Amino acid sequence: MQLEFSPEEIAFQQEVRTFIAENYPENLRSVQDEGHDLSKEDFLSWHRILAKKGWIAPAWPVEYGGTGWTATQRFIWSEELAAADCVGTMPFGLSMVGPVIYTFGTPEQKAQFLPGILSGDDWWCQGYSEPGAGSDLASLRTKAVRDGDHYVVNGQKTWTTMAQYADWGFFLVRTDSDAKAQEGISFLLINMKTPGVTVRPIITLGGEHEVNEVWLEDVRVPVANRIYEENKGWTCAKFLLAHERTGIAAVARSKRGVEKIKSIARTEQDGDRPLIANPFFKRKISELEIDLTALEFTELRSLAGEAAGKGPGPESSLLKIKGSEIQQRITELALEAVGHYGAPYFRGFGEGDNEHPIGPDYAHRAAPTYFNTRKTTIYGGSNEIQRNIIAKMVLGI
Amino acid sequence: MRNVDIKMLKQVQHDGPLDRIIIMDFSYTETQDMIRETLSRFLADTYDFDSRNKMIASGSGRDAGIWKALAQDLGMLGASFSEAHGGLGGGHLENALIMEELGKVIAIEPYLQTVVLGGGALKAVGGAIADAVIPEIIGGNVIIAFAYAEPQGRYNLANIRTTAKKDGAGYVLNGHKGVVYAAPWATHLLVTARTGGSGSEANGVSLFLIDANTAGIVRRDYPTVDGFQASEVYFENVAIPGDALLGDEGAGLPLIERIVDEATVSVCAEACGVTAKLHSGTLEYARQRNQFGQPISRFQVLQHRMVDMFMEVEQSKSMTTMATLKLDLPAAERMAAVSACKAKVSRAAKFVGQSAIQTHGGIGITQELAIGHFFKRATMIESQFGSADHHYARFERLTLAD
Repeated sequence: MQLEFSPEEIAFQQEVRTFIAENYPENLRSVQDEGHDLSKEDFLSWHRILAKKGWIAPAWPVEYGGTGWTATQRFIWSEELAAADCVGTMPFGLSMVGPVIYTFGTPEQKAQFLPGILSGDDWWCQGYSEPGAGSDLASLRTKAVRDGDHYVVNGQKTWTTMAQYADWGFFLVRTDSDAKAQEGISFLLINMKTPGVTVRPIITLGGEHEVNEVWLEDVRVPVANRIYEENKGWTCAKFLLAHERTGIAAVARSKRGVEKIKSIARTEQDGDRPLIANPFFKRKISELEIDLTALEFTELRSLAGEAAGKGPGPESSLLKIKGSEIQQRITELALEAVGHYGAPYFRGFGEGDNEHPIGPDYAHRAAPTYFNTRKTTIYGGSNEIQRNIIAKMVLGI
Repeated sequence: MRNVDIKMLKQVQHDGPLDRIIIMDFSYTETQDMIRETLSRFLADTYDFDSRNKMIASGSGRDAGIWKALAQDLGMLGASFSEAHGGLGGGHLENALIMEELGKVIAIEPYLQTVVLGGGALKAVGGAIADAVIPEIIGGNVIIAFAYAEPQGRYNLANIRTTAKKDGAGYVLNGHKGVVYAAPWATHLLVTARTGGSGSEANGVSLFLIDANTAGIVRRDYPTVDGFQASEVYFENVAIPGDALLGDEGAGLPLIERIVDEATVSVCAEACGVTAKLHSGTLEYARQRNQFGQPISRFQVLQHRMVDMFMEVEQSKSMTTMATLKLDLPAAERMAAVSACKAKVSRAAKFVGQSAIQTHGGIGITQELAIGHFFKRATMIESQFGSADHHYARFERLTLAD
């Protein structure tokens, strides 16, 4: 066992740190600092810079556009991104459908779809959940009926994140209604501009338009857009869920979050002392920080296991559960820390509105972020479902 | 054995002690794997539940043959000592994996006191006394008990009233040390005492290693709730030689803090073994216990509790690894890491222990099953070398200044 970077890794760290400092878009930084919602262009501006550099998909195999970095280098990269408070890249293409396509897709499918994911030219969304299929995802009812070399798709998806921007979506659809739940599902790539696709916004508690309903009415999808075999889509879905769970611990970002809480708590006054001197608040910070350290070292142990040849296994559910809880606690403490100024409802600057919003900058998004972050223990397989997975797959009960 | 080389860590980002490190190598050496396997096999043969009960019920409260075998047949007591002293050349990692194995059978061997604390102090000071005593530890001939706690001192290592007054070339000890684990078995006592200063002052604290049979040492021996033997130790004008002093007179606190940090991580490693068994024992029981016509392991509410136990055990292992690898960092970082570890492990020990008993139901509260005995040790570990509250507070003093 050992605990240090090699000289090469330290040089690498310096290299990526310098790259971020020199290339991160200035205007994006100010949008973030003032607490605005990010637009599609905001996300894409950083994505395109990374794509140009060749660093957009460090986790992918080199042959498909990965960086060839070691696990340690990838770890350094994510730490540096978080330390510099960079916006994340959208996961739907890079972390979700991309790995499914290069793992299960045909050479034609790889050639057609992977370049657009890397460049950012194609924005992807995920068509999994349905109004009647949440935790019980396999009960989904959106139907795809074969008609020559097309499927005709009918049904409704929901919680489709950022579908309002999407060029493409990956969908789980039922292609055999008589088979057992998991066995009649196929994995389809659908162009969101196809006639019959309708995207309707769902506004969440912070006022954000982040998720949508997607209605599919007689949508014609080429059979060539099906990944893997017909009725074997559940295999892709499970693979994707496991992929989604790794990195879901969000350790580096949460570390940054804890630092922000500390800085707020040193600024906010609690009577005649800074809030951080309040022993009750201080204890909440230390508990959070220590729990985050436990998560970090659990993730490192898990990465070491992966490096030794064990893939991301069901124990990654542990990382999802603890990681999501910690993300929520960070937002909870931020809201608690800002006191009165959690209340003013800030929705960004209107057209021509230059007035500074009410309260300190760090307070603007405290409540909306707290509300929004309740999602982390629900999405990606709720934390209760994750416990079921551990019980079954790890404990064998 | 390959020496695990943990050098000074480089500052990788930010301030704050926990940001400093990255680990990418979590593998054990072949020798470390062998130590674990050998010990695990030996303990499986010698430390079943009934044998342990018999040892505890015996006159001395232990089976001295096991300690001898650990030393002489297995070479286990030398694992964390240098080859120059006759050991295997290991260190903190070896102590941690041995303590974890001892935890899996709730062993009552004085490894923590003798090797981790006594051996740790001797390694730190070196010199003639280390050369003389360490080989005797490795050979199984020396048992050390750590007499540091005092009734008024709680977890403050500097809150010491026991005095060591200079007297010619030696010292005279007076005072009362409480709950000295393994004292009834000890050949030596590792004693903290004031050679100067008062109250909780850092200056004036000294550390001594003395013969346990020196005239004037009065013991009141008793069993502990977790199966060990301990004593109240009274020093009544105990004359000890000058060379019993470890390190510099009056400047012993940093050394004491260091060995107690090492011991704290060792009990965390032990806790990993204890809680892993509490968890696996609970799983096993839930699979065979039938109620409402089915094994209770089929009930989701119990499944989720057992998953929560699993997550606490895993996180305890993560924290123990983290702290073990940071024991040789500068004091402030070491202390923050150790306190983070102990705070987390103390709470995990409580949660896993209580959940194990609850899942067992009534039978869990009896002496009949091993599970309750694991629970008792887990409960004592919670506060050994400082409760969760104590360690959260120390972590905050070190990392969360106003």
